[in-house]
Amino acid sequence: MQSPTDRASQNALTAQFQKRFSNAGRDFTLDIRFTIAPGIAIIFGPSGAGKTTLLDCIAGLTIPDSGRIAVTGRILFDDSTHTNLPVQHRKIGYVFQDLALFPHLTVGKNIEYGLAGVGRSDRRKRSDAILESFRIAHLRDRKPKEISGGERQRVALARALVADPCVLLLDEPLAALDAATKSKIIDDLRAWNALHDIPILYITHNREEVFALGDRVLVLENGRIVADGTPHTVMTAPRRESMAQLVGFENIFHAVVSAAHEERGTMKCRIADSNVELETPLLRADPGSKLFVGIRAGDILLAAVHPVSLSARNIIPGRVLSLEQRDVIVIVRVNCGVDMEVHLTLAARDSLDLQPGREVWLIVKTHSCHLMAAI
Amino acid sequence: MDWQAFWLTTRLAVLVATVLIVVGLPIAYWIAYSRWRWKFLAEAVVALPIVLPPTVLGLYVLVALGSRSPLGRWWAMLTGHTLAFTFAGLVIGSIVYSLPFAVQPFAASFALVDPRLMAASATLGASKLQTFFRVILPLSLPGIVTGVALSFAHTMGEFGVVLMVGGNIPGVTRTVSIDIYDQVQALNYASANETALVLLALSFAVLSLVYGLNRKAGAAWPWK
Repeated sequence: MQSPTDRASQNALTAQFQKRFSNAGRDFTLDIRFTIAPGIAIIFGPSGAGKTTLLDCIAGLTIPDSGRIAVTGRILFDDSTHTNLPVQHRKIGYVFQDLALFPHLTVGKNIEYGLAGVGRSDRRKRSDAILESFRIAHLRDRKPKEISGGERQRVALARALVADPCVLLLDEPLAALDAATKSKIIDDLRAWNALHDIPILYITHNREEVFALGDRVLVLENGRIVADGTPHTVMTAPRRESMAQLVGFENIFHAVVSAAHEERGTMKCRIADSNVELETPLLRADPGSKLFVGIRAGDILLAAVHPVSLSARNIIPGRVLSLEQRDVIVIVRVNCGVDMEVHLTLAARDSLDLQPGREVWLIVKTHSCHLMAAI
Repeated sequence: MDWQAFWLTTRLAVLVATVLIVVGLPIAYWIAYSRWRWKFLAEAVVALPIVLPPTVLGLYVLVALGSRSPLGRWWAMLTGHTLAFTFAGLVIGSIVYSLPFAVQPFAASFALVDPRLMAASATLGASKLQTFFRVILPLSLPGIVTGVALSFAHTMGEFGVVLMVGGNIPGVTRTVSIDIYDQVQALNYASANETALVLLALSFAVLSLVYGLNRKAGAAWPWK
């Protein structure tokens, strides 16, 4: 019997490679360096960050310029020894963004496509088993056109997994599905991987999916991994402005450090081109240095009278510019020297009797101000 | 009505269409997927027979088949006679003449196959050849049918190249279109009309069959 750690290191995907590519007329260099253990790892990033190119390099559909890719000690690509294992010998499951099911073949034939070298009865046994574990056995004789979107995702997953790949690559496979369908498919995928224990790379640009699925998230931006960790640490402590917009800071400002209070672990930052001064966590930045401050619209409190005896250190007077109801959230824009977006519930709006032009106070806790070093 | 000429023409067309499947598919595959920068030159060469006068084409084929060319000498050494003015020579000339009518529909339908399907096939362990037979070919079937039928019909009706390469030897190289020309020269209009009508009807039948099949194919394979 092998211990779990032995198995984990054996099944790991190790990649360290570079690839120049162009996206929408811009040149990027994909510069990747990571080791992925068995389990679901999320690759999160904006479109054009190089996510699909990254998967294509691992699958062998695109050849990196330099570097090395290995799975379970098996070398897939190594430019120093001119090794480049052809796609069909890599044993990598790949579910494409558009699924790429063969339209002329039935569900059963699609799934058995990767079992060409397996004897007829064994092939049937294995396809039956995977059809069963993804709950699509009843669709065996249908064509891809004749089944629903969620069913097609299941077929694509089953087709990629039936040949026992060493790594599974998923390119936004569930982007078009509703949350309930999505989580059922993920449960089935987890159940499958509990037995097989392979690294699964799951690409997405959807924030909710990052929190819902991943044990680990790697943020890819402009061809580089800029953050790597558990979803919570990566998504709540972003380091750079473009990432903050991705992870949901509605309010992002240029700011200048005006004073640091090392003994209290805080500092004062003035938002650029305004008189608004915020108390923020200390970021070991010298007075005068520039950075970004990100504040989530949902983290800001709004008061109709000047609040007293509060723990929150930032109380900023302002005036309501506009109110807009979106679904069950009210988006309030307030001018307090700069424009801030605040999200309230419908009940909060009604009880405060908010109108455009009304005087209000914005309340922001020190630790709701997220700092990102300017680059 | 010269049934001998008719039979000869049909044999020629079937043979040429068959050879063009074997020769045309690899050429079309290469044209559709090659990334060679000078590929357009090869495409132009394949398309030449569409724009060249059949007499020009026929002349060059005749020279190439004649006893002064390496190919002609090799054939003469092998068989004891030259290729010119024989049925075999006619077949070679017709293959060149009808090549674009097979290759272009083949290549066009290959190019329409979603590259992600080929990528998926590769990740599932299939070689390029397996991918060709299991994915590309079934998905391009309408284009293949069109190419085969067009090259068949085109060979049925060719005139200039046949005249240049084959002459007018009854039972060996006299095709229907040459027969019609002969009859008109001999002021035998009734007979010419009869043969022409049969050729017209046959061409119409072949093309109707192709378009009908492709329409039915569209219904059977709704992804098209």
